[in-house]
Amino acid sequence: MINKLVISNLAHRPVRTALGVLAIAVEVCMILTLVGVSYGTLDSAARRARGVGADIMIRPPGASIISLSTSPMSDKLLDFVAKQPHVAGVTGTAVQPLSGFDSITGLDIDSFSKMSGGFHFLEGGPFQTDQDILVDEYYAKEKHLHAGDHVRLSNRDWRLAGIFESGKLARICARLAAIQDLIGNPNHLSQIYVKADSPDHVEDVLNELKAKMPGYQIYTMEEFTSLLTVNSVGMLKNFINVVIGIAVIVGFIVVFMSMYTAVLERTREIGILKAVGASSGFILKLLLRETIVLSILGSILGILLTYVTQWIMQNAVLSSLTQETVYAWWPIAALIAVTGSLLGVIVPAFKAIKQDAVEALSYE
Amino acid sequence: MSETPIIEVRNLYKTYRAGDVDVHALQGTELDVAKGDFVSIVGASGSGKSTLFNILGSLTPPTSGTVNVAGMDITKLSSEERTRFRKSTVGFVFQKYNLLPTLTAEDNIRIVQYIGNRGTEFTPEFQEILNVLGIADRMKHKPRALSGGQQQRIAIARALVNRPAILLADEPTGNLDSQNSAAVLKLLKDLNERLGQTILMITHDQDAAAYSKRTIHMKDGKIL
Repeated sequence: MINKLVISNLAHRPVRTALGVLAIAVEVCMILTLVGVSYGTLDSAARRARGVGADIMIRPPGASIISLSTSPMSDKLLDFVAKQPHVAGVTGTAVQPLSGFDSITGLDIDSFSKMSGGFHFLEGGPFQTDQDILVDEYYAKEKHLHAGDHVRLSNRDWRLAGIFESGKLARICARLAAIQDLIGNPNHLSQIYVKADSPDHVEDVLNELKAKMPGYQIYTMEEFTSLLTVNSVGMLKNFINVVIGIAVIVGFIVVFMSMYTAVLERTREIGILKAVGASSGFILKLLLRETIVLSILGSILGILLTYVTQWIMQNAVLSSLTQETVYAWWPIAALIAVTGSLLGVIVPAFKAIKQDAVEALSYE
Repeated sequence: MSETPIIEVRNLYKTYRAGDVDVHALQGTELDVAKGDFVSIVGASGSGKSTLFNILGSLTPPTSGTVNVAGMDITKLSSEERTRFRKSTVGFVFQKYNLLPTLTAEDNIRIVQYIGNRGTEFTPEFQEILNVLGIADRMKHKPRALSGGQQQRIAIARALVNRPAILLADEPTGNLDSQNSAAVLKLLKDLNERLGQTILMITHDQDAAAYSKRTIHMKDGKIL
């Protein structure tokens, strides 16, 4: 019977109900989109890292997981690593960060191709000069680029030599020497990729390198890609928490306003319920259920909206961001929405409970 | 009167503040109503009859005095106890019907039955009351689709659904035309006679009061 009253009250003011649901949906969508983009971006980074075909990765001491570090390792290490037992291939890269999550990776095309099987070009081909860059298909699509185009990146003009199938190492590549020159750090590397002669020897090579190169961060690729999670990237985690905080506040305000006007508008009805013997608990239950229905409907709509933002990111406003659907966050986002809403209904609910029945009944 | 009255009001005072002025709405009111009686309280506006209605219905507490309803001194009740008293012992009929606008006529009655912890199924006795009230075919409508007379009959059914000891009616015909007024008053009279329902009706209309068994006049917060 309470549910019937809750539903009929929600249906009585369809515009207010719809706006409340929509606002909560935007809140949920905001959280899920941010989380989806974080996961998506890290996962595509992991996929590209796996695409190198290496078994082991060496990073300079003190680098972070999604480090934007410039190149502090000497390229003499390449020869040193290559001489170790069971090492089949070695290649080094230098990375120059760009805006946002983008960066240009300098690579030695011969050793890289040997390790990874080489780029599969969709347009154009490999580098001809130090002024040439290669980009992956998504970057090209996003920036409307074609082979032969001129691109300005990091205050330099580049010629787009080729567009390759995504999933190998990086999204923008140039010759190693060109990037080392750009960074002003010739003969230095950001990362070194190592391939063992057989999967059985990966562990041996890893131990050997760890013993001989103390202080360096040496991971198997498997280990490295598993480290690419939201929790291991402090900045992202904090960013997500800030957005969740904002979302809770938005939900709180929306529900507060909506339920406050609902309580005001229903002053008389609340008076009637009190007159016929409805307890404070009954009135509270009524408003809480109404709020929970609002926030659940909002959460469902918010989840559906993330598919819209996903589509928009892929098709309408192309960007270097990839949004994944993170199912585990559906209940979390819904719980956040419900929490914000319940906080919002506290004051209106107390106003309703404290209303004097006689005054409420004479309310016009 | 051999039996203890179902309503017994002694030396009742109620003073409330309206702005900066103290209003002495009730000044030593005394009243006895026997079980099964149908009493009209007639008075001009400002005579204190609505204040008496609110106190008898335990919607508001008095300043001093005692009010016994169905063997309970309702002046000593806490807010929760007054809520429980309203739920189990009184039924209200208001001038403005006061139906919940978002629910159908039927659900308006059922929710009161539900609040009274009596489930949501109507008993055969209550079906009989619905038949007497002649609203069986309007039960699925929302209040706005009903005439004033129909709404008031739904309100009467709602007031009776938990079988209260007393039915309090505050100007029940105040918003109705004469034809509907007569129909509603006849119904109240009928319910009093058939079910022995104790009814206390407040009105300023002598014609309406004529339907009751007994008429009491009120002036300046006192029973005349």
